[in-house]
Amino acid sequence: MDLSFFLEVLLGGLLAGVMYSLVALGFVLIYKASGVFNFAQGAMVFFAALTFVQLTKIFGMPMWLAFPVTLVVMVLFGIATEKVVLRPLVNQPPITLFMATIGLTFFLEGFSQLVWGSQPHGLELGIPDVPMEWLSQSSGINISQFDLFAAVVAGVLVAVLALFFQYTRIGRALRAVADDHQAALAVGIPLKHIWAIVWSVAGFVALVAGLMWGARNGVGYSLTFIALKALPVLILGGFESIPGAIIGGLIVGASEKLAEVYLPPMLNAPLTEFFGGTVNLQGIESWFAYVVALLFLLVRPQGLFGEKIIDRV
Amino acid sequence: MLYREAGQFRTTYAEDQQIFPIRQDRVAVVVLLVAAFVVVPLVGNQYWLSAILTPFLIYSLAALGLNILTGYAGQLSLGTAAFMAVGAFMSFNFVLRAPWLGIIPSFILAGLCAAAVGIVFGLPSLRIKGFYLAVATLACQFFVVWALQRFGWFSNYSPSGVIAAQEVVILGYAFNTPASKYMLTLIIVTLMALAAKNLMRSETGRAFMAVRDMDVAASVIGIPMMKTKLLAFAISSFYCGVAGALHAFTYLGQVEPEAYSLELSFRILFMIIIGGVGSILGSFLGAGFIIVFPIFLNLLFGGVSHLIGDEISHAVLSNVETMIFGGLIVFFLIVEPHGLARLWQVAKEKLRLWPFPH
Repeated sequence: MDLSFFLEVLLGGLLAGVMYSLVALGFVLIYKASGVFNFAQGAMVFFAALTFVQLTKIFGMPMWLAFPVTLVVMVLFGIATEKVVLRPLVNQPPITLFMATIGLTFFLEGFSQLVWGSQPHGLELGIPDVPMEWLSQSSGINISQFDLFAAVVAGVLVAVLALFFQYTRIGRALRAVADDHQAALAVGIPLKHIWAIVWSVAGFVALVAGLMWGARNGVGYSLTFIALKALPVLILGGFESIPGAIIGGLIVGASEKLAEVYLPPMLNAPLTEFFGGTVNLQGIESWFAYVVALLFLLVRPQGLFGEKIIDRV
Repeated sequence: MLYREAGQFRTTYAEDQQIFPIRQDRVAVVVLLVAAFVVVPLVGNQYWLSAILTPFLIYSLAALGLNILTGYAGQLSLGTAAFMAVGAFMSFNFVLRAPWLGIIPSFILAGLCAAAVGIVFGLPSLRIKGFYLAVATLACQFFVVWALQRFGWFSNYSPSGVIAAQEVVILGYAFNTPASKYMLTLIIVTLMALAAKNLMRSETGRAFMAVRDMDVAASVIGIPMMKTKLLAFAISSFYCGVAGALHAFTYLGQVEPEAYSLELSFRILFMIIIGGVGSILGSFLGAGFIIVFPIFLNLLFGGVSHLIGDEISHAVLSNVETMIFGGLIVFFLIVEPHGLARLWQVAKEKLRLWPFPH
């Protein structure tokens, strides 16, 4: 096994994992603050990225302007969600809220394509997706400049969010709401403001994730599947842990990439012999992350950093 | 006045425990069954039978399977389509490789294969719950579709991965017309719905519901957690597997693994949300709604585009449809979390008192 190739695959996987973490972060935020598993996060990523691209394309906005405008749109969306979907469902079982967000996903996917059209678009952020020369020359490892940039963005985002949750008044209120809707209401926390805020922040994270993924893969309907990639990250790291989303992302990204590169060549031949015909393990990455996450869950049912589940009767 | 049980006395335990204790309900069910078994095949045309009623029955069966798991046993699953895929591909293989088995045993065996897959992917439910479990069932969804695509054996090494379901022949009679396929589906679905209804009224069903309502409490009062949860996964997957076999054999004829995507799992989940979580009737109502609604929308948009004299493009139509679907889900969850089945129950309560308000 070639060591520098292995390192390249590993690092590439870790950096791809950071991109997953960016999406997972949006899930964690809303779960942490409102106890809702927001399945619509993927659709929000798609919507935000599409809005951004179309603002620059159709209205000719420069990027520095399109970003805040998109942010405003996402905040409006967050407030609307709170008013229309969440408020009528206060104190319903979490499963009901989860299913409501599946409905929201469909609504948002239809809505974004209705408004902005369903053609895929390219997105250019000005950071070239090319290997860094100094690194490939000195060690022979190809790491994209863009991947590194994404990792830095994710790191900054996590730091800011962690501080926000830990030290601000709103952050404390968010954590109280997550613990118990009714108790939080009883001590005078304005639930509707809090939810609107947290959905807006999730909208912001969705926008950042959308820009990163959009610049990488193009802005199209396939962006919504990114959320499915983020789910194993989420259960691996634990639903309510921001560092968990990052660590989970790193583990999932690395193991997925390694499996994708090393498993098919290793297993194709023996499996072909065993089953007959031609067995081709390509596409193993579509489910490998889930199995990794499942194995972790068997040991720690609440994910790596999730809060310990205590069952009471 | 019509729907009132006054004067109907139950004098034996058997009468007391029957599925439909009220005479009017029994009459209604008999009328419905006669209509489904006799009238529909006689008057239904090919479009109605093969494009609406047969898929309606098949999706009802799949929704019923999911309802057993999610509605009765409380384990949220996002992998329904995967179990259907197992049913479809395994029934194809049983008929192909063991033709002496016959169609019905092949369907049953395919259902059992789906049940086995269900048990394997249900194992995590012993350790993990709620959303963690829902995400874990996604693993099943992706893995099964991937395996069916990658291992040529399942599709008999067809290069495109598409399988063509064999002709359904039972005791020398070939089910090849829309009406006969409809009848076969109807018989299987009716029998399985009856079995499900009775099962949910039995000890097993009550154990499922106890686990759903609070699994710790259920295990404290002595309900074996492992057996109950795995049984729920097995029965549910069996139903979905048979639905998948019917899906391939009596509805589509040709299927590919990609047809059993996450999209289909969500569709079936929507059916039980709209129809009613934890209700046999709800599975049918929800499936009917999800099948009929797009047709209704198409007609509506056809009318609208006729009115404004402009053609509405297909893309717009499908996007609006998605939006309305999503909106409806949210609407139902807010207004009536128990779905259409609950509305039906409320209507019956009202009917019992009619014309008096109380």
